[in-house]
Amino acid sequence: MASLYQRFGGGLATIFIALVVLWLAGMVLAPNLMMVDYALRPNLPPAQIGGPNDVYSLDNILYLANESVHRSIFFKTIWASALVAFITFLVCYPIAFWLAQRATMGQAAVAILALTIPFWINEVLRTLAWYIILAFRGPLNALLLNIGVIDAPVRWNGDGGVLAGMVYAYILFMLFPIYNSIESLEKSQIEAARDLGASTWRIHWRVVMPHAKAGIATGCVFTFMLAAGSYVAPALLGAPGSRWFTEIIYNWFFEGGDWNRGAAYALVLLVLCLFVVLATLKIARVNLTDVAK
Amino acid sequence: MSHSVELQGVGMRFGATRAVGDVSFTVNGGEFFSILGPSGCGKTTILRMIAGFLQPTEGRILIGGKDMQGLGPNQRPTAMIFQSLALFPLMTVWENIAFGLEARGASKAERRKKADELLSLIALEGYGDRMPGELSGGQRQRVAIARALAVEPQVLLLDEPLSALDLKLRQHMRAELRSLQRRTGVTFIYITHDQSEALAMSDRIAVMSAGVLQQVGTPRELYDNPATPFVATFVGETNAIAGKVTDVADGVASVDTVLGLLRGRMARSVKAGDQVKLYVRPEALSGSIGENRVSATIDRIDFEGAFGLAHGRLSDGAALVASIPSTDLANAPAIGAATSFGFETRHAVVLPDG
Repeated sequence: MASLYQRFGGGLATIFIALVVLWLAGMVLAPNLMMVDYALRPNLPPAQIGGPNDVYSLDNILYLANESVHRSIFFKTIWASALVAFITFLVCYPIAFWLAQRATMGQAAVAILALTIPFWINEVLRTLAWYIILAFRGPLNALLLNIGVIDAPVRWNGDGGVLAGMVYAYILFMLFPIYNSIESLEKSQIEAARDLGASTWRIHWRVVMPHAKAGIATGCVFTFMLAAGSYVAPALLGAPGSRWFTEIIYNWFFEGGDWNRGAAYALVLLVLCLFVVLATLKIARVNLTDVAK
Repeated sequence: MSHSVELQGVGMRFGATRAVGDVSFTVNGGEFFSILGPSGCGKTTILRMIAGFLQPTEGRILIGGKDMQGLGPNQRPTAMIFQSLALFPLMTVWENIAFGLEARGASKAERRKKADELLSLIALEGYGDRMPGELSGGQRQRVAIARALAVEPQVLLLDEPLSALDLKLRQHMRAELRSLQRRTGVTFIYITHDQSEALAMSDRIAVMSAGVLQQVGTPRELYDNPATPFVATFVGETNAIAGKVTDVADGVASVDTVLGLLRGRMARSVKAGDQVKLYVRPEALSGSIGENRVSATIDRIDFEGAFGLAHGRLSDGAALVASIPSTDLANAPAIGAATSFGFETRHAVVLPDG
C-alpha cells in the first residue's frame, strides 16, 4: 500500500485503491452475499415478501439433500469434474514437458500458437464444433466406420462427449501452469537422474513432478473449478443421462422460477468446490499465493 | 583396477559447426586425468560424449575396452558431476546420495546403509536428513561426489565442479578430490579451464583449443616441453620472442631475433630459415646468470608474496615478465632503469611459429 502511494502519488493511488475496493465489493462480495441471502429465504409471491413467512431457514438446502436425483447429479458433477481435471492433466503434462524441456524456440512458438488459436473463437462455437465432430452422422463416426474400428455409428453425446468437450476447453488452463513450472527445472537435474540410471518414469515421478507440483496443483484446481461450473459443454454435448449440476441450477432460475432454490444449489456447489480446492492445495502443500502467481 | 577410457578419432558436429575434431587419447584406469582448455574449446562436449549424453559423429569411445557407441548415460559405467552439481533440492541428502540405488531397485534399508557409508567417506556423518539447501557450498560439493560414487562407477566425470567455490575452499576441495580419487581408485576425468587446478591435481592433462587436441602429458611435460605455441602460452606464464632459425645442432636451435642471437631447446623439429618463437618462463629469467642475455626496462614490480613479478619491455618494445623470488627483491633492478636478463638455453623452448 505504502509503495503504491510512493510510486503513483496520493491522487492516483487513492483512485486505484478505490477502484479495486469497488470491484471487490460490487462484483464479488455483493453478489455472493445476495446469493447467500436468497438461498436462505423461501420462494414467496411478491405480496408476501417481507411478510411473516419471509424468514431465514435451511429449507432450500435440505430440499437438495432429500431430492435423490439432484443429489446424485451433484456428486456425479463433482467426481466428473475431478475426472476432467485428471484427464486434462494426462493430456497436458507430456505436451508441457516437451514444450518446456525439449522443443526448440521455433517449435515451441509454433506449438503454442497452434494451441492458442482455437481460443480466439468463442467457447460456445468451439463446443459446437465438437457437437458437429461427435454427431451421430458426423465425421468422427464416418472416420471410425471407414477404417473399420466400429461396425455401427456410436452415439457420442453423453458422458464421453462432455468429457471430450471439457478437456479440450480447459487445456490451456492446465498447460500453462505446468509449462511454467517445468520450464524452471534445470536441465542438468534430468540429466543427473538419467546418468544415475533412473528410468524415464522415475525421472518424471521423482524429479520433474515434485518440481512442477505447484503448477500441477494450480492447473488441476483451475480445471476442476471450470469443469464444475461449466454449462455450455454439458448443455450441447450431454444427453439426458449426463446432466450437469449447473443445468439443474439453471432450471430452477429460468424454468422453475424459484431463484431461492437455485441460489441454494449454487451455494452448495460453491462451498463444496472451495472445500475440494483447499483440500487439494493442502495435500499438495501449495499456498494460495503460489496459485495466484 | 578401474576401467580405462579410450577416444579414437572422436569428432562432434552440431549442424555445420565442428565442436570437436579428431581427438584421440587414452585415459588409464585409476588415473586422475584433466582436460584443460579455455571456454568453448570443446572440453565439455568431450565429457558429455564420454558420459553418453552426446553420441560422437565421428570416431569411437571405448570404456574398459568396450565400444560405447549407441549406449545412453544410464547404460555406461560412468557417473557425472555437473558444474551446477544438480542435487535434487526436494530430496534429503541421503535420498540424493541413494538415488542411483533407488533407480536400481535397492530396498530402503540397503539404500540408507550405503548412504551412511558414503556420508562417512565424505566426512558428513549425521547430515543425511538435511536438505541440500541447508548445506554450504563445499558440503553440497561433497554430497554430489557421494551421489556419483554410490552407483560404484568405473569412471567419474567432473565438469568444472569447483568453479562456483571461493579460492580457499577451492584449494581445500582440490586436495580432497585428489585424496578421494586415491582412496577409491576410480578413474577421474576432470574438466577445467583453470590451468593451476589442472597442474596441481592431475596425473596427466589433455590440453584442448578450438576443438583440437593440442597435447597430452604429465603436468611437468606440458610445462617444460610444450608441443604447440598454444600450450606454451596457455599453461603457465611465458615470454615469447620471435625470430628466425640460423642453425640447429644437438637439439638446440639458434634463433636470430631483434634482441640478438638466442638459443633454446627444440621441442619440435625446426630447420635453418624457419620462423619460430622462443618461449622463456618468467622464473627462468635471471638478472645475473644465463648464457643468453636480453636487455629490458622495468615498468613495475607486482609483489605477489612468495615472489615479485617484474613487468618490463624488451628493447624491441615487446612485453616481458620475470619472476623474482621475494628473498632477492632487495637486489631487484630499479624501476625505469635499463637492465638485462639472462636465461639458460635448456630453459628456453623453440617452437615453429603459428
